Amino acid sequence: MTHTSSTDMRVQPKRPLLQRLAGACEPYLYSAPSLVLIATVMLVPLALGLSYAFRDVQILNPFSGGFIGLDHFRALSQDQAFYRALRNTLWWTGASVFLQFFFGLILALLLDKPFRGRGIAQALVFLPWAVPTFLTGLNWAWLFNPVIGPLPHWLFALGLLDEPGNILSDPQLAMWGPIVANVWWGIPFFAITLLAALQAIPRDLYEAAAIDGAGPFQRFRSITLPFLAPTIAITVLLRTVWISNFADLIIVMTNGGPADRTQIVASYIFTQAFKRLDFGYASAISMVLLVLLLVYSMLIVLLRQTMLNRD
Amino acid sequence: MTAKSMVLTVAHRLAILAYIVFALFPLFWLLKVSLTPNDLLYSEGVRMWPSRVSFDHFRFVVAHSDFPIFFRNSLIVAGSTAIVVTILASLSGYALSRFAFRAKYWIVALMLLTQMFPLVMLVAPIFKMLSPLGLTNSLTGLVIVYSAFNVPFATFLMQSFFDGIPKDLEEAAKIDGATQFTAFRQIILPLTLPGIAATIGFVFTAAWSELLFALMLISGNDAATFPVGLLSFVSKFSVDFGQMMAAGVLALIPACVFFFLIQRYLVQGLTAGAVKG
Repeated sequence: MTHTSSTDMRVQPKRPLLQRLAGACEPYLYSAPSLVLIATVMLVPLALGLSYAFRDVQILNPFSGGFIGLDHFRALSQDQAFYRALRNTLWWTGASVFLQFFFGLILALLLDKPFRGRGIAQALVFLPWAVPTFLTGLNWAWLFNPVIGPLPHWLFALGLLDEPGNILSDPQLAMWGPIVANVWWGIPFFAITLLAALQAIPRDLYEAAAIDGAGPFQRFRSITLPFLAPTIAITVLLRTVWISNFADLIIVMTNGGPADRTQIVASYIFTQAFKRLDFGYASAISMVLLVLLLVYSMLIVLLRQTMLNRD
Repeated sequence: MTAKSMVLTVAHRLAILAYIVFALFPLFWLLKVSLTPNDLLYSEGVRMWPSRVSFDHFRFVVAHSDFPIFFRNSLIVAGSTAIVVTILASLSGYALSRFAFRAKYWIVALMLLTQMFPLVMLVAPIFKMLSPLGLTNSLTGLVIVYSAFNVPFATFLMQSFFDGIPKDLEEAAKIDGATQFTAFRQIILPLTLPGIAATIGFVFTAAWSELLFALMLISGNDAATFPVGLLSFVSKFSVDFGQMMAAGVLALIPACVFFFLIQRYLVQGLTAGAVKG
C-alpha cells in the first residue's frame, strides 16, 4: 500500500509536466501559421528592401546588383523632386486629415441624435468607405474632367475658376483633386469611430447638465469633448500615418503630375519602382520615409509620456 | 414643439440630406454616364439625367471586352484571400483571446507594427522575391501577398469577436473531457459565425480594392485583376467614357454587396486595426 502510493507520487508529476508543456505550446501552434506568413511576406522583404538601399538594383540592367554604399542617399540629398514630394506629403496629409476629421465629427454629431430613418441615412453616408480606392480616384477624376464631369462648370459658374478647365492638370490646383477624393472617401471612417465613442457617453450626464442650466455649446465643451478626446487623439494620429502613406488616389488621378506637383513620398517610391524599375533608389527613399515615420511615432510616445506625467 | 426646436430639427435634417447628396453624387454620376448613349454624351454633358437611356455600354463591356476575365480574376483573388485570412486569423485571434503566454505582447506589437509601416516600400522586394518563384503574373502570388497584409487586422477583429464569448463554455467542455481545440472547433467557432462572416466581408473588400501590388506584380491581361484592367483600359481608350464608367459600375457591385453585409460590424472592424481605413 505504502509502496504503490510512493511510486504513484513519483510518476504523477510527470504527466502534468507533459501536459503543461503541451499547454504552453498550444497558443504558439494557433498563432504559428499567421506569424509565418507575416514573417515571410512582410519582414523578409522589409529586410531585403533595406539592403537594396545600399545596392544598385535595376530590373532592366542585368549587370546591376552590386554594393554601392551611400550613393543612393547622396543622390537623394540632391533630388529636388524628393524635397518637393516631402512638402507635398505634408500638405496632402494635413489637409486630408483635417477635412476628414472636421466633416466626420459633424456627421457623427448629426447621426448621434435619434431620428426616423437614421439606419438608412447612416448606410448611405457610410457607403463611400466601401467604394474601392481605385474607383474613387477614377470617379473623381471623371467628375473633374470638363468633358464628362459637372464640377469644372459649376466651379466656373461660382466664379472659383477662370474657365471650366480640369484642375487636375493645373499645377497650382492639382493637389486639391486627390484631397477632395480622399475626404469624400475618408469621412465615413472618422464618422464611424467618433459615432461609436459618442454613443458610449452616458446620456444622464447631458440631462444633469441641462438641469443645471448648461447650454448646448457648454454641454458639448465640457461633456462631449473630454469624452471624445482619447478617441480623437488615437484616430487622428493613426490616420496621419496611414494617409501620408496612401498613394492609390494620387497614382490613379494624377500619377504625381503635373510636373510632380501632386507627387507624395509614397507615390514617388511607387513610381521609381514601377515606372523606372529602379528598386535600389526606391528602397533608399523608403528607408528615409521609414525613419521619418519612426521619428513621428517616437514624438507621439514622448508627447503621451509628458501628458501622463503632467496629470 | 416650439419654433426654435422646429428650426433646429429642419436644419438637422437638411444637414443630413447634404451629407447624403455629397456621398451619393459621384456614384450617381458614374451610373448616369454609363447609361448615356454616346451621341448624347457631349451634347448633354452637365444634364442631371440623359433624355434617353441605353444599356449599350454595359452590353459592350460584358460581351466584347476583357472585363469579365478581370472580374473573375478579382473574384478568385478576393474570395481566396478572404477564406485563407479568415482561417488563419480565427486561429491566431483565438490564441490572443484565450491564452496568456509570454510572447503574446510581442505578437501583438508585431501585428500592430505591420499596420503602421508603409506597405508601398515592400513593392520592389516582394516583386524580386516572387519573380524567381514564378509567382508574378499569377493569381496565387496575389493571394499570398494580400493574405499576409490582411492577417494582422483580421486577427484583431476575430479576437474581439472571441472576447465576446464567455470562457465558461470551453471550461464546461473541458470538464467533459474535450481538448481545447475540440472545444474551439465545435463550440466556439459556430458561435462566432456572424463574426467570421464579417471578417470575410472586410478582407474581401480590402483585397477587391488593392491596386499598387496588383499593378506591380501583374503585367498580362490573363491574370489582371479588376483595378489593373480598368486602369489599362483608361490609359488606352481614354475617350470611351461610357464604357469605362459601365466597367466602374460593375466593380462597385461586389463592394456594395459586402458593405451591406458587414454594415453592422463597421465599428468593430474599424477599431480592430483599420486595414483600409
